[in-house]
Amino acid sequence: MKIEDKKRVLREMVLHRRFEERCYQAYIERKIGGFLHLYPGQEACCNGVMEAARPGHDYVITGYRDHVHAIKCGADPKEVMAELYGKETGSSKGRGGSMHIFDAAHRFMGGYALVGGPFPLAAGIAKAIQLKGGDEIAICFLGDAANNQGVFHETLNMAALWKLPVLFVCENNLYGIGTSIERSTAVVHQHKRVAGYNIPADECDGQDIDIVYEHARKAVDHVRAGNGPFFLELMTYRYRGHSMSDARSYRSREEEEIWKQRDPILMLRDRLITAGAITLADYEAIEKETDAYIENEIIKFAEESPEPRVEDLEKYVFADRETQLPWLTGKAA
Amino acid sequence: MANIMYWEAIQRAHDEEMARDPLVICMGEDIGVAGGTYKATKGLYEKYGPLRVMDTPISEGGFTGLGIGASFLGVRPIIEIMSVNFAWLAMDQMFNSAAKVRYMSGGQLTAPCVFRSAGGAAHQLGAQHSARMEKVFMGIAGLRVVTPSNPRQAYGLLKSAIRCDDPVFINEHELMYNMKGEVPDGEYFHPLEGSDVARAGTDVTLLGYNISVHWCLKAAEILDKQYGISAEVIDLYSLSPLDRAGIRKSVTKTHRAVVAEEDEAPVGVGSEVIAIINEECFFELDAAPVRVHSALVPQPYNHTLEKAAIPDHEDVVKAVLKLFGKA
Ligand SMILES: Cc1ncc(C[n+]2csc(CCOP(=O)(O)OP(=O)(O)O)c2C)c(N)n1
Ligand SMILES: [Mg+2]
Repeated sequence: MKIEDKKRVLREMVLHRRFEERCYQAYIERKIGGFLHLYPGQEACCNGVMEAARPGHDYVITGYRDHVHAIKCGADPKEVMAELYGKETGSSKGRGGSMHIFDAAHRFMGGYALVGGPFPLAAGIAKAIQLKGGDEIAICFLGDAANNQGVFHETLNMAALWKLPVLFVCENNLYGIGTSIERSTAVVHQHKRVAGYNIPADECDGQDIDIVYEHARKAVDHVRAGNGPFFLELMTYRYRGHSMSDARSYRSREEEEIWKQRDPILMLRDRLITAGAITLADYEAIEKETDAYIENEIIKFAEESPEPRVEDLEKYVFADRETQLPWLTGKAA
Repeated sequence: MANIMYWEAIQRAHDEEMARDPLVICMGEDIGVAGGTYKATKGLYEKYGPLRVMDTPISEGGFTGLGIGASFLGVRPIIEIMSVNFAWLAMDQMFNSAAKVRYMSGGQLTAPCVFRSAGGAAHQLGAQHSARMEKVFMGIAGLRVVTPSNPRQAYGLLKSAIRCDDPVFINEHELMYNMKGEVPDGEYFHPLEGSDVARAGTDVTLLGYNISVHWCLKAAEILDKQYGISAEVIDLYSLSPLDRAGIRKSVTKTHRAVVAEEDEAPVGVGSEVIAIINEECFFELDAAPVRVHSALVPQPYNHTLEKAAIPDHEDVVKAVLKLFGKA
């Protein structure tokens, strides 16, 4: 990554971290309901991979921990926050919520709440790319525990069989809710599991964005060159609980501290300071500006936006009726 | 009008739509090189090749989800699930992905895919190959459910389902693939909503769908010839949404109703149709509506037990006679 890109990414990662922390606060204030899964600690994963890919051009799909992936693809953070507030101006018009952020215009194909559900959808997106003949790739970000679903294996098999342009990114944060990977999975290192499908795989540190970027570049190039799928495992850690009602009784504070020593944002910050690209004061300014942007624009927008109208409760269940009349009534032109 | 078989009608709809639009594809187990368990995709592999006629691994959840994902980008997959009994494995993707994606994305994504599957009791196929599951599909928001009772509908419903932007589940029947019937020579689109009057009558409304339409038609003939009762037969080819107006119109005319389904009674088409009759035209009724349905048992293998579990036209006749106080 060029130094200018690193500076931009640092700013983005600060936004991603502060955005999520602000969501936490809004949840406590009961502005946000439902389940809320936050991303702090894992920022280098999404950012490193997407810097190697083409956000807004490549198709991205993920699970319920999806705010940052959407924003990285180009979704307006204001609309993402408005979605969390359940507002009509939200990315999914308030119909989706935290776990279902979508931004089709930026090819963010959504957050899905069924663990493992996006695997075959990602392969299907890749199938469509293959049929249409584009140079896009499909990128599927999911957690470690998702790999214990049957569709993981079904999808790997089909993706390899049909040489589909799909990159599977496993953000291995060592836990599926409160069950550690040793207690749920016979193989801790997930990249080993794909060997049986003839899919090339790689594993690396998911906290250091430079490392993620280097490995992701090879993975993305492999897929974009038409060689079929690739599986990239990133070793990472989520700082907060799985969702908001998680006291983290299943892991020690010491373990958390060890991971926080290698914070993805601070590591990038310090590297840029050492290189003389920024000063500590610059970084502090970024944090301040980010907080101001979140408060004055993102939160303000979400707060002031209107609720969906109850009359529109059934809107979006089916395609607009008028456009479908020939098939619904049989009176095709 | 060509007189062709149910499977030929389905094959023709595939072929016409695939010839018209390169983004129409089909996928499923043994549908390509082998030509399809029920021949519904015969000859397509040779014509359109492996990229568009996909022989899938035996991974119902996986390939159904794959088809749905492709549909997000405008591909129109026709996904065959070999037997509806196997559809349980694909329901997560059908219900949680295809049926909900439009709503939960606020209208941004849509899943214009077609799921086709054969259900119903054929001949002694046992508990795991004989289920009818329309009751499961017809209660899902965002999913259309249609079920053809003849070749004309089989052709026209599939044509419309492929064109429609909503996901559509088509419930076929194992015993009906070789049924013959008239299909228009020109292109024909059967409506995805509504119902057909399969036979006009005045004294009682018999409501059926798919194979039970044929029980109703046979029963109507017997009722007419032997008992002088004029039965109207309504073909509910659309199970979701059900045709409220059509049901109301007929029952308002005849004042009596019998619903016939091959499925078990609890939580089924019968209970739903009778609820609609209550809501739409309760005060038009001269007698309480009756449902004819199969026994609540896993389908037995033994031929005699199997026959005992599944209703037929005679059960419809009996139900009508009871309604008229003649049994
Ligand atoms: C099919 C299904 N089963 C269970 C759940 C409940 N659940 C939600 S997240 C989760 C753990 C997933 O862990 P992982 O895939 O590692 O992702 P992470 O949350 O760590 O990012 C579970 C069990 C669910 N949402 N869907
Ligand atoms: Mg995890």
